[in-house]
Amino acid sequence: MKSAVIVFPGSNRERDMLNALEKITGQKPVAVWHAETELPKVDLVVLPGGFSYGDYLRTGAIAARAPIMADVKKKSDAGVHIMGVCNGFQMLCEAGLLPGILMRNNHLKFVCRQVKLEVANAKTAFTNKYKQGEVWRCPVAHGDGNYFTDADTLARLEGENRVVFRYAEGTNPNGSLNNIAGIINAKGNVMGLMPHPENEIEALNGGTEGRALFESLLEAVA
Amino acid sequence: MKARIKVMLKNGVLDPQGKAIEGALGTLGFPNVASVRQGKYFEVDIAESDAAKARAAIDEMSKKLLANTVIENYAIELDEK
Repeated sequence: MKSAVIVFPGSNRERDMLNALEKITGQKPVAVWHAETELPKVDLVVLPGGFSYGDYLRTGAIAARAPIMADVKKKSDAGVHIMGVCNGFQMLCEAGLLPGILMRNNHLKFVCRQVKLEVANAKTAFTNKYKQGEVWRCPVAHGDGNYFTDADTLARLEGENRVVFRYAEGTNPNGSLNNIAGIINAKGNVMGLMPHPENEIEALNGGTEGRALFESLLEAVA
Repeated sequence: MKARIKVMLKNGVLDPQGKAIEGALGTLGFPNVASVRQGKYFEVDIAESDAAKARAAIDEMSKKLLANTVIENYAIELDEK
């Protein structure tokens, strides 16, 4: 699987993501600077975590209008898999590739801890290696993870099984609606989540349960 | 031409920052504060002499970037000088 990770000014999780992709896919991913206008031919594009543009205006708002994003939208239309993690999820929402928005955590504090994630839909390209309803441990690190959208959109997301991950066992760290931690677009090729699966791939770091997400993609694009 | 754009959270959208400010005002001895909402304010200087065109451009900017209309409303004031 060929992959690319887009780097924005203020991204800080791109190396963890590049490392995870290389270790799990066996192929070296390409890092692409945000000011580029064209992505290489890849199977997966990742928008990594961090604090692009210092979170100015709204988290992910400026990055979502970066030059490279026009091609990300084009790739999305063409069916290329796109994943946004943390700040990347915020960008996908701001870019209109996913509905809703990530608002300030309801308690106003930055959270950096392990949460429990329930796989709410195991039939996606991003989750097929998990079992439906499986609960796994994953770290979060964010100040704006409080997923919000209007009631109609929320009903549609739920009705179409587009909530992919939910915070489980009372571990919702931000007040997100319906404990939403990750959602997918209608076509099933664009997924965003607040937690960091790329940081849960080594036993040395406490767990390897994030690997299944990357392995799911490997299987889906094969 | 100068435009002033006020961006506020829509009614019903939780505003934890406004709530925190409200709490702090209470602590400072303003017991009669009923509620506080926090918003954003922008001043845009636009090189356009036609008011209608300027307003249309500012409206589009507001929609595309300054406000996120999922959660925010915006109001535009134009200085036609």
